[in-house]
Amino acid sequence: MMKLFRFRGGVHPEGHKEATTHKSIQVMPMPKRLYVPVQQHIGAPAEPEVSVGDKVLKGQLLAHSQGAVSAPIHAPTSGTVVEIGEYPAPHPSGLAVRTVVIETDGEDKWIDNPVVPLDPSKLSPDEVAVRVGAAGVVGMGGATFPSAIKLKLGKRNKIETLLMNGGECEPYLTCDDRLMQERAADIVEGTRIILRAIQAERAHLVVEDNKPDAIAALQKACGPSADITVVVVPSRYPMGSEKHMIQAVTGKEVPAGGLGADVGVLVHNMGTAYAVCQAVKHGRPLISRVVTVGGGALSEPQNVEVPIGARLSDVVEFCGGLTEDAARVIMGGPMMGQVMPHLDVPVVKGTSGIIALTQAEVNNRETMPCIRCGSCVNACPCGLLPLQMAAQARAGNLDNVVDLGLLDCVACGCCSYVCPSHIPLVQYFNYAKGELTARQQAKHKNQENKRLIEQKNERLERARIEREEAAARRKAEAEAKKRAAALEKAQKEAEKQAEQSA
Amino acid sequence: MSNASLISGPHTHAPTSVPYVMRQVIYALLPALLFGIVLFGLPSLWLVMVSVATGLASEALSLYLFKRPIKPFLNDGSVVLTSLLIAMTLPPWAPWWIAVLGVSFAVIIGKHLFGGLGQNVFNPAMLARVMLLVAFPIEMTTWITPAPIFSSAAPSFVDTFIITFGGYIPNADAFTGATPLGHLKTELTLHHSVSEILADYSYFNSILGWNSGSLGETSAILVLLGGIYLIFRRIISWHIPVAILATSFVLATVFSIIDPARYANGFYHVLNGGAMLVAFFIATDPVTAPSTPRGQIMFGIGIGIIEYVIRTWGSFPEGVGFAVLLMNALTPLIDHYIRPRIYGRTRSGKPLPSSQG
Repeated sequence: MMKLFRFRGGVHPEGHKEATTHKSIQVMPMPKRLYVPVQQHIGAPAEPEVSVGDKVLKGQLLAHSQGAVSAPIHAPTSGTVVEIGEYPAPHPSGLAVRTVVIETDGEDKWIDNPVVPLDPSKLSPDEVAVRVGAAGVVGMGGATFPSAIKLKLGKRNKIETLLMNGGECEPYLTCDDRLMQERAADIVEGTRIILRAIQAERAHLVVEDNKPDAIAALQKACGPSADITVVVVPSRYPMGSEKHMIQAVTGKEVPAGGLGADVGVLVHNMGTAYAVCQAVKHGRPLISRVVTVGGGALSEPQNVEVPIGARLSDVVEFCGGLTEDAARVIMGGPMMGQVMPHLDVPVVKGTSGIIALTQAEVNNRETMPCIRCGSCVNACPCGLLPLQMAAQARAGNLDNVVDLGLLDCVACGCCSYVCPSHIPLVQYFNYAKGELTARQQAKHKNQENKRLIEQKNERLERARIEREEAAARRKAEAEAKKRAAALEKAQKEAEKQAEQSA
Repeated sequence: MSNASLISGPHTHAPTSVPYVMRQVIYALLPALLFGIVLFGLPSLWLVMVSVATGLASEALSLYLFKRPIKPFLNDGSVVLTSLLIAMTLPPWAPWWIAVLGVSFAVIIGKHLFGGLGQNVFNPAMLARVMLLVAFPIEMTTWITPAPIFSSAAPSFVDTFIITFGGYIPNADAFTGATPLGHLKTELTLHHSVSEILADYSYFNSILGWNSGSLGETSAILVLLGGIYLIFRRIISWHIPVAILATSFVLATVFSIIDPARYANGFYHVLNGGAMLVAFFIATDPVTAPSTPRGQIMFGIGIGIIEYVIRTWGSFPEGVGFAVLLMNALTPLIDHYIRPRIYGRTRSGKPLPSSQG
């Protein structure tokens, strides 16, 4: 047994995983239409390559990545592009995002080898990163950071340990759990590919102890290999937080404002390992994912392999629909997931769950005043004082909130979860973070304005100097001419005088 | 934020609420409270009833006057808890107006003038107790020797009303007696040694609670059980009670070793004078105590020291309330300076060094 460490705080929310953990992953029928947003990742949106009316095949590039941080988007099935327009994004605001709408033809016909399958063990680290990037693989845990960039981190920093995050500490979610149970071999294969790409020494497949079947499957798939081992950690939320998993397994803390790479650790999600294996070994881009469809307000909770771009309404319908007492539909888990404005938004690469909660499950009550019980302080895994931060945020003292550690907050929600007064602490912090960004943007804008004004003044000044110089030059030239004329005249006169005297 | 649907997570919540917390504390108090009522008879029951009624009335009045929502706050259980705690720290046969004055003072001035639930700097129950102790020393130090309910020692049914509502104890000498700490204080001033004074003192009675004392704080064991229940339920943490009890125990032990004739031992201090009630139920009031574990330990040590000093060298043997109030005043300071270490930072707040050069 490996020596494990403990991170402070954390909570034990009720798991609710039993509804789906023993049911195998179902493949849903292809919806009539898919709504594939070009922005499904952190970074710049992808740029569509196809036009309305184009026939596309499964796996064909729909939009290419642009910029240093971006990811391409591929067609999840074969069909016709019927529209490229603005559709609601899977975000609480429901704001529109550029979306490629595909009318599916039901044939689900693959493009001829989108990328040629290759023996991963013969690829160089750079080639792996290129393939992963080209396949549009992003962090599948919900962060959706383009994976290829993380693979290149190994070049800048010496990575000793790769952690594969199988924490899945959010209640209800079992998509990683099922993936580990059913596709352990591919996960281990993907892990080995990542390991080679970042040239790390060892990888740990880190799984919470409430997933015994997943642990067994992974152990079997790993075999006796020394470089990849399964590490079982206690079930405690937020074990799946990158910073806290690093601490739990290695005992190291990621320095404030830094990355795991700063302490020689890289963390990838189990689902990402699976996607990497698909991309590199089989040449398949990321066009579907496993989603936990659950919650007390869902008729038939289960894990479903969903094509990217399928609407939540399609997925929910496949799972028997919502019950009458559905109060809130969440994308992701209930701790950190986001409320969906309605079901007409698509599943994207970062969608780990579609959770329909009843009012009883949400258990939101009227907010009472803070009684300073300190439950939030004890629950905070980052060592913050949520009660003081919230009080300062409420008073509008943004600087004080930052001093208290706003930027060290990972928004895990432990504080709000335990608060007996039901104070929406995370909401306060998100508000403060938003204000901070707005303020920084305003500051940046001011500086930018200042710079432009200074530039303009400088330009005007230069023009004035140039004008004056030109004028002076002209004046000097004119004078020189005059002088030359006078000189000529004088010379002529002198010559005349000389002639006369001679 | 204008859009109501922009709700941050978490979208689930632990099964807790302010009324739940208050209810748990009330449950934990009940054994000691019921024991007190049994031990000191019906007058103490009348006193408890007057306290709770006054508490609810003054809370409703305050909420109305300060224009705060009445229903959620009147139902949150906090005022019932405050009223019960005040009743438990009163002499069991105190007249009705002592309870009315104390509870209304605690609720209106101690709680609502500061801004209501969660805003008060001082523990309202201790504020009331100290105010009463200073303003009405006779009523507040008229202690009753145990006269269990329905026993032959108990006053007649009619007399119980005369005691509480008439403010007169018929045949007072038969009922009154000193508390262990008061007795110790008085006898020490008469230059008797501790061993003489405590010759017929029974630790067993103190543990059980078969002593003169405040209505609900005589039984160390029942208060302790209630406190352990609260720790088990994670309503309170062990830091404050352990720090208080350990500090006063260690201090008392050290002094009694130095001069056993003048100073009573640690057990005597921990078992008497409401030390247990204060440690588990009063000082742990979250509103007026620090919110970090390290701050709570400092707070507890402070109370332990001041409590011992006041009892031993001050003129209020039952003066633990002063210790709580003094430390309440220091709580904002403690909370300002004692903070947990932030993940990824040193104690001074600087980012931890990166292992990559």
